[in-house]
Amino acid sequence: MDAPTLAVWKFASCDGCQLTLLDCEDELLALAGRVRVAHFLEASREVLPGPYDVSLVEGSITTAEDAERIRRVREDSRTLVTIGACATSGGVQALRNFADVEEFRSVVYAHPEYISTLATSTPISAHVDVDFELRGCPVDRRQLLEVITALLVGRKPNIPAHSVCFECKQRGNVCVVVAHGAACLGPVTHAGCGALCPAHNRGCYGCFGPMDTPNPQAQAGLLRATGMSDDDIQRAARTFNVSAPTFIELSRVATRGKAS
Amino acid sequence: MQQGSNPGVVTVCAPEPVVIGVDALPALFSALRAWGYTVVGPTVRDGAIVLSELESAAELPYGWGVETEAGQYRVRRRSDTAAFGHSAGPQSWKNFLHPPRARMWSADRTADAVTVSGAGEQPRYALLGVRPCDVRAIGVLDRVLSHGQHADAVYSGRRDGAFVIAVECTEPGATCFCASMGCGPDAQSGYDLALTELVDGDDHRFVARSGTEAGARLLAQLPQRPADDATVHKAQAAVKRAATEMGRAMPEVDLPRLMTESRESPHWDDVASRCLTCGNCTMVCPTCFCTATEDVTDLTGDHAERWSVWDSCFSLDFTGMHGGEVRVSGQSRYRQWISHKLGTWHEQFGSSGCVGCGRCIVWCPVGIDITQEAAALAALRPPSVLDAAGGETADAEAVGIKED
Repeated sequence: MDAPTLAVWKFASCDGCQLTLLDCEDELLALAGRVRVAHFLEASREVLPGPYDVSLVEGSITTAEDAERIRRVREDSRTLVTIGACATSGGVQALRNFADVEEFRSVVYAHPEYISTLATSTPISAHVDVDFELRGCPVDRRQLLEVITALLVGRKPNIPAHSVCFECKQRGNVCVVVAHGAACLGPVTHAGCGALCPAHNRGCYGCFGPMDTPNPQAQAGLLRATGMSDDDIQRAARTFNVSAPTFIELSRVATRGKAS
Repeated sequence: MQQGSNPGVVTVCAPEPVVIGVDALPALFSALRAWGYTVVGPTVRDGAIVLSELESAAELPYGWGVETEAGQYRVRRRSDTAAFGHSAGPQSWKNFLHPPRARMWSADRTADAVTVSGAGEQPRYALLGVRPCDVRAIGVLDRVLSHGQHADAVYSGRRDGAFVIAVECTEPGATCFCASMGCGPDAQSGYDLALTELVDGDDHRFVARSGTEAGARLLAQLPQRPADDATVHKAQAAVKRAATEMGRAMPEVDLPRLMTESRESPHWDDVASRCLTCGNCTMVCPTCFCTATEDVTDLTGDHAERWSVWDSCFSLDFTGMHGGEVRVSGQSRYRQWISHKLGTWHEQFGSSGCVGCGRCIVWCPVGIDITQEAAALAALRPPSVLDAAGGETADAEAVGIKED
């Protein structure tokens, strides 16, 4: 049997999630032995024609050309997995969804006429069917390997959708909210990073997007109790997963009291 | 093999209390280590008194106390040098006896065979500083994980090898309510050795009594003097006083019946509006035992492992089945947790699932308080249902795992 083919695609993104695949140093040889890397421009200029068994898609859709290109990637892919916050929720560039892109274009660029862009940054799932969404900014190395390994043997990946708090407690972290009064998005954030920031006495920044059943109202109250202003809360909600519905709601909870 | 404090091990001694000085603790560590135990006890880390493997008695949190409230925990300096002058921290002994992740077995496939290895040998822990509420919690876990039809190999292995040193509670926290659960502050059974800490200026000592033969043999190795009546009375009075200084109390009602009759309570909406369903309460609870099973394979497909991983009734996937999840709403998940903990646990395991340690109150980021929620449910209980129930408790339907 021929080895299954793997393709990696980039849309609007920073390349960090693709880089996570190359960061799998100890497992990279084993992986290369199990799959044929057919399209991975960050790693090799060799490009094999599709169709591909597994496509990993990084980045969000921000141009009309990319909105077309993702359809072709989908048609060429047996299984399509999005990797990272951009591909899964639109990324930090989805801040534009709450602002005026025309204004940016005229203010930021010396030659605004060179810029061809959509008014929004949208996740891959807004354009084509997605078989699995892996969270994170960037994705977690172990989780990426877990998804690929599970796909290779045809089992369900072990990627829990509960809160980061589970991981804090399992890791033995002391809760930064309860013991230090720190602001932390952990209770509404999807697990996967292994509770990295709280392990270093920092609150969670929400890189992995919303957990399975978040309560943004209660989270807003919790952040206020740690001393955050409503503006601070809105900023905390508007980062890597700004366009995820829960984080939109969290930012709206925080602004509800304001006149604007 | 040293005998732990498992039920079934005969308690042979009629323990005459003795007094050991604080300077006997290094000898205690040495003796335990010589017997092959890894000592686990309290120590200060990251602004909390955590449980950790300890190399020496010097790592104990001498002079540290804690202030707790709903959703809040702070360490503070004490005016004395007490090593055990603190209430429950962010972990419980479950972290060591029923670890967050445990490999149940692994399997390797070669051309002509599959080799399977079990959970393997478990570490032998001496648990130092176990509060009476937590001694009870270990007893609850014994019933659930060891005494059923299918004993958990990891828990049973660790529990069988464990040596339990209880330290009675003389200074409960604002979130403690073990007295109202009948689980403390005195240690009655379930320990190899029980200590009561007394600090009067430089006179820092423990009244010690053994609960098992192994405990008696350990105690015999420590420098000691017989306990005079005055010291024994002082220790007893301190523990007795602690019972009156609990910051919380569970309402004095028939809790299983309350839970059954509260199935349709409007209060679940109120709790759910505050609850983050983050799962912290179950992770810190010393008796919450639920796990998920993770089967993992490596890239070659020739190596597989089965892991048991802490799970929680607050995770959506916990009730995931074909067709979807059963407990979708936050209401149903909080109801499940408290109804099991205070209610159906009795039917299932013959005791309450709550020992009154207060961890779920402290480590809930938004400070949801099991004693207050129970009181609110009691206040809202419809009298007509109470009367109609006629003293009967739950039927299966009323236990309620159904999503509304």
